[in-house]
Amino acid sequence: MTVESTAARGTSRSSSGKRTAAAKTAAKKAPAKKSASRAKRGSAPAQPELVQLLTPEGERVEHPDYAIDLKPEELRGLYRDMVLTRRFDSEATSLQRQGELGLWASLLGQEAAQIGSGRALRDDDYVFPTYREHGVAWCKGVDPANLLGMFRGVNNGGWDPNSNNFHLYTIVIGSQALHATGYAMGVTKDGADSAVVAYFGDGASSQGDVAEAFTFAAVYNAPVVFFCQNNQWAISEPTEKQSRVPIYQRAAGFGFPGVRVDGNDVLAVLAVTRAALEHARSGQGPMLVEAFTYRMGAHTTSDDPTRYRADDERVAWEAKDPILRLRTYLENEGLADEAFFAGLEKESEELGVSVREKIRTMPDPDTMAIFENVYADGHALIDEERAQFAEYLASFADADETAGTAGRGH
Amino acid sequence: MAAKSSGQLPVAKAINESLRASLEADPKVLVMGEDVGKLGGVFRVTDGLQKDFGEDRVIDTPLAESGIVGTAIGLALRGYRPVVEIQFDGFVFPAYDQIVTQLAKMHARALGKVKMPVVIRIPYGGGIGAVEHHSESPEALFAHVAGLKCVSPSNANDAYWMMRQAIESDDPVIFFEPKRRYWDKGVVDTSAIPAPLHEAHVARPGTDLTLAAYGPMVKTCLEAAAAAEEEGRSLEVVDLRSMSPIDFDTVQRSVEKTGRLVVVHEAPVFYGSGAEIAARITERCFYHLESPVLRVGGFHAPYPPARLEEEYLPGLDRVLDAVDRSLAY
Ligand SMILES: Cc1ncc(C[n+]2csc(CCOP(=O)(O)OP(=O)(O)O)c2C)c(N)n1
Ligand SMILES: [Mg+2]
Repeated sequence: MTVESTAARGTSRSSSGKRTAAAKTAAKKAPAKKSASRAKRGSAPAQPELVQLLTPEGERVEHPDYAIDLKPEELRGLYRDMVLTRRFDSEATSLQRQGELGLWASLLGQEAAQIGSGRALRDDDYVFPTYREHGVAWCKGVDPANLLGMFRGVNNGGWDPNSNNFHLYTIVIGSQALHATGYAMGVTKDGADSAVVAYFGDGASSQGDVAEAFTFAAVYNAPVVFFCQNNQWAISEPTEKQSRVPIYQRAAGFGFPGVRVDGNDVLAVLAVTRAALEHARSGQGPMLVEAFTYRMGAHTTSDDPTRYRADDERVAWEAKDPILRLRTYLENEGLADEAFFAGLEKESEELGVSVREKIRTMPDPDTMAIFENVYADGHALIDEERAQFAEYLASFADADETAGTAGRGH
Repeated sequence: MAAKSSGQLPVAKAINESLRASLEADPKVLVMGEDVGKLGGVFRVTDGLQKDFGEDRVIDTPLAESGIVGTAIGLALRGYRPVVEIQFDGFVFPAYDQIVTQLAKMHARALGKVKMPVVIRIPYGGGIGAVEHHSESPEALFAHVAGLKCVSPSNANDAYWMMRQAIESDDPVIFFEPKRRYWDKGVVDTSAIPAPLHEAHVARPGTDLTLAAYGPMVKTCLEAAAAAEEEGRSLEVVDLRSMSPIDFDTVQRSVEKTGRLVVVHEAPVFYGSGAEIAARITERCFYHLESPVLRVGGFHAPYPPARLEEEYLPGLDRVLDAVDRSLAY
């Protein structure tokens, strides 16, 4: 078991290869009760346990509460998902550097947290993402190119949330936690057994909207899983700036279980998310999953992390890479052969090519799209402004024809 | 006094120097917000301040805008003068409740016994090719609220002085920073005696028509005036600097001279500050006006994705088009 503190910021780390039965997490039966007493100011509480099924060294370990038994092709499937997601992500980062995207928020390092949770979902489960859930989108079957539109600046969302049960990316931190909760309340009213997942970050855990979502979900026993990717950073602020207790322990105060899972262990994330979804589906209400992971890259392509964090922290997390550890396991257990890895490499290249192709041929929106879809039932002022603007733009076309002069740039 | 020289500074750096001078001048001044410490803010406006003034005075807050403003109110009640940063325009809304229901009204409710010297800095406006919620101009939503003052500098010197004055003000001031002008350089004269915070300034004199603007649109209007000059038209540009209160006297003087007024802002024109200016100036200058007051601004539509913002934002052409229409009366 590897207990990872938020490193480099003073607290101690420990690392050992095995875990004990005593290391039960608070999920299900025993919502974290004792947590509050640990948070005395100035004391250095022992780091909490986190659920792990695959060590950073690629060794399978068992957990008393969370078991998983996957077929070789399922394991290879998870590996493939993570590799392709990382490839897509790095392609997007390059496209930003080449000026094809205005911005990109990389998920590098968080592949296991996203693929593990994304693959736990059923088709009828609904996801409310932040802006970084490219891996979850992949699992929900969203065309990767769709994710790029907003970052390229051709739209402010770019897909129909209902076509894949994957809501639009939400930039205003924490808002979507409430939407997820409300959606889940609707699921219950409909008598359905779908579940809803609200993704959010460690920073977002401070937002009032997130606390209110916890409250509503608890009061209405909504079938929602709050999935927090604690990637240790909210732009330049480490998680200690947001919370004095480990984030998963917050759930206890709201009356539902919380659990911390090794967010770089795709098997553990899958097992824990499955359990949380089952918890929701079976009428037991919300659950908080804190996936303990690391943002390997900058916050976004606009960010310069060298201003606020040390490289050795990153290096320490590199040893816990989610993809590497599954590969080690697959190789050591003989669950995947050379042909598989070679085939995946080829598929990854092809994905890169297709993403580049799609972005370079992505058309700019028509100017008049400004006025589209503002209201479902229309609005007189929009009609007036649209007509005026069209006339204004047309005046340049006329001027161009008659005088051969170009507009002065809007 | 902090700002040592009166050299050329970019707007962002001028605000940085202003915050530094304010922190030095008054131990009660605090700077707080998301990422304002080590990172120095996403625009580096608070760069180096935490290093020099410590974590007690330059505070990285949890990611919660309602929390930031709500605690700033508490700190103000305790005698501090918090200067809070909202990272981008679109992220002020979690704090809107605190600003509107508490910050704006506290002084009145306490029969004038408590003061609310809180400055809320908001980088606002478009033109930087950002994703949604990073390009908006919500000033009217604040100017509409009694108890708040709203200002926006258009250049480095004003950025420096208006920030100092905002911090010295005993009223809450929403300080709108024109983010696309952050990198524009200008001379900052730290030894000058600044004009009053809420006084408008004639940025360019002219005789044929008045352009009134604030923040990022002042530069656009100055460029429009320069272009118009080539066509033989003399435009006066009034830099309003303050959206609440508005210095109507200066605008009135200008309009009495020119007889025509075009108000320009990035914010949607519907219920925008241009509407207020148009109404007041029409009341004050009815017999001087040669044409109706026109407005150039955003549409009644969400701020569009970056690839459309050049068309959406008022630029030289849109301003000159309005000038043409006004002069055609
Ligand atoms: C309400 C709001 N405030 C501020 C921001 C600016 N902002 C964007 S991302 C971010 C940090 C988010 O951190 P976290 O929740 O940990 O998610 P991560 O980016 O690490 O995935 C901030 C402050 C925002 N988008 N919305
Ligand atoms: Mg984070």
